Amino acid sequence: MRIAFTSVGTNWDAQIDPRFGRTAFLVLFNEETAQLEAVDNSGVQADAHGAGTAMAQRIYELHPDVLITGNGPGDTASKALKNLHMRIYVEAHNMSLKEAYEKYKKQELTAL
Amino acid sequence: MTNSGIFKLAIASGKGGTGKTLLSTNLADYLARKQAVLLADLDVEEPNDALFFHAENKVITPQYKMIPDWQSDRCTLCGDCTRQCKFHAVIRLGEFITVFNELCHSCYACSDLCPEQALPMKPYRMGETRHQILNGLQLIESRLDVGQEQAVPLIHATQKYICELESKPAIQILDCPPGTSCPVVAAVDGADLVLLVTEPTPFGLNDLKLAVETMRQIDKAFAVVINRQGMGDDAVENWCKSENITVAARIPYDRQLAEQYAAAKLAWCDNTALEEALEELALFIQQKQVQYA
Amino acid sequence: MREIIVLSGKGGTGKTSVTAALGVLAAGKAVIADCDVDAANMHLLMQPVVLKKEAFFSGELAEIDPEACINCGKCEEVCHFDAIHQGFEKYETQPLRCEGCGYCEVVCPTNAISMHARRSGDFFVSTARTGDPMAHARLDAGADNSGKLVAKVKEEAKKLGNQHQRDLILVDGAPGIGCPVVSSLAGANYVVLVTEPSASGLHDLKRLVEVLQKFRLQAGCIINKADLNPDQAEALRTFSIENNIDLLGEIPYDSAFTAAMIQGKTIVESDNQLKQVMNSIYISIQHKINVL
Repeated sequence: MRIAFTSVGTNWDAQIDPRFGRTAFLVLFNEETAQLEAVDNSGVQADAHGAGTAMAQRIYELHPDVLITGNGPGDTASKALKNLHMRIYVEAHNMSLKEAYEKYKKQELTAL
Repeated sequence: MTNSGIFKLAIASGKGGTGKTLLSTNLADYLARKQAVLLADLDVEEPNDALFFHAENKVITPQYKMIPDWQSDRCTLCGDCTRQCKFHAVIRLGEFITVFNELCHSCYACSDLCPEQALPMKPYRMGETRHQILNGLQLIESRLDVGQEQAVPLIHATQKYICELESKPAIQILDCPPGTSCPVVAAVDGADLVLLVTEPTPFGLNDLKLAVETMRQIDKAFAVVINRQGMGDDAVENWCKSENITVAARIPYDRQLAEQYAAAKLAWCDNTALEEALEELALFIQQKQVQYA
Repeated sequence: MREIIVLSGKGGTGKTSVTAALGVLAAGKAVIADCDVDAANMHLLMQPVVLKKEAFFSGELAEIDPEACINCGKCEEVCHFDAIHQGFEKYETQPLRCEGCGYCEVVCPTNAISMHARRSGDFFVSTARTGDPMAHARLDAGADNSGKLVAKVKEEAKKLGNQHQRDLILVDGAPGIGCPVVSSLAGANYVVLVTEPSASGLHDLKRLVEVLQKFRLQAGCIINKADLNPDQAEALRTFSIENNIDLLGEIPYDSAFTAAMIQGKTIVESDNQLKQVMNSIYISIQHKINVL
């Protein structure tokens, strides 16, 4: 399983970023290889609009199995992600990636 | 004057809630006693001028904007369109190019530049224009469909609709969106005069300054109307004086007026103070009309 | 750290006055963030001392280099926004009309056109007169609001909250229901809705609540000028109860509301009935979010 987190930093202790399109980083965890990889999303900061769809396109390219985030994608981005069949968990803000991952494992996160 | 003796008066304000709709609806109704008037509600996200009138026989016209329509059979997934679109309205999702109508600005770049002509422009419904005729008053209201975020294309479409009307009243009142951003700039485009509605409070003054700055940037003739005069202080009045800005009318602060407005009632016929303010304003408009003619 | 966002849908309902009053009641515990960047008025009541100011850029703008322009007119032809015209000598762009699509840049045969970041306002970090840190911004006249500036204000407010070890971020949210509002909701724990009893007040409240429900946010409602129209006030109450919105309190139509603003004060800083109402609203909110 490959799990993506919207995150304010690049390691397990970083907080989940509540934002979807404007998240600081997208951190990917590959459960098979136990590797953690961070994708910088600062490029989108220059754009006034469309941060959500730009992120949706990124997520399609990276195709994780699971996404863990805060508020969850907005309307437009949700439409874009519909065909991806990726599981989305929300309301993981106010926790670190590690805490969010543990909660996910215990099935304590809210599924969208 | 813009064309053939028509005087276009835009009613705007730096922020919402200052009395733009109160003034637009009452002024239109007041002027319509003596002459043909057109009132257009260009606050397309939240139009509510029509709440104040009770007309039957609406003509409803759907409004469209042009957006690219992806042709999968011609597309080679080269991705030029997604890189060209600065608004991330055209994105690639796996094997599909997806167009997000609500984000599209109809710039045509992706469509014209596509090497395979796989993105022809097609009309897409963004909202509608409702046209009602009451005694002496033509009421035009445009409303964005739910989920549509871009006001500017619909404002332009409404202006075009008004231009193409067969009978055009000589006075056209345009109720603009609040604020100072692009929709307002689009709405006052073509107006002969802009009335900036404000209230005599620190918030009112702060927002008026921004609105005035915008009008000066786009080189529009404008004057100020102070609503709820007497509710606050003289700072707006003094500032206008120091900046040499005409205060065209003052609508006195009156709780009864606020109540009537909340109940969506036109108030001028049983509110002398408002009627006097409208009379003053009508004279001012008449002078401007003569000046521009 | 908890985050409370104050929203209103339409303008003129008293959102900023209410937020500032909450800011005074929470003095010493809060960070204040003014995300109403279109009509940023919070500074008038909070009188902040600015510590840091920086220009803010959003979106792009086409610029034509007159040296390189050969007057071919291709840019004017492709521009769908009527933003490019021939000037005295060479073609010129009109910044207020340019939407930054970049089509002209691609078709220019001499690469005379380039896209530049568009300055759209200023961003500030300050200390409010309550002693609390404050993040705020001001859009330039004619500039387009977007979620971006709102996101920036919120991000900075969060940093300030961590630095100063605050319990609460108090956000004066963006107007309307569009992208800036969605942006101001990111990370919110509770939403305070300030509305007024009129047909448009109810209509706007309904649209806002739809947005909040999408993000599963808990919200409470304050009815301002509550006695102005009893029927509409009743409709607001009914709607709130039916949609699981907490009724936080009702503020009567009172000239003290404006009188406070004129003095650069909030409605809890002079002795009147509004002070008691706001105090009880503040306590209700405290119960809802269990901090402060």
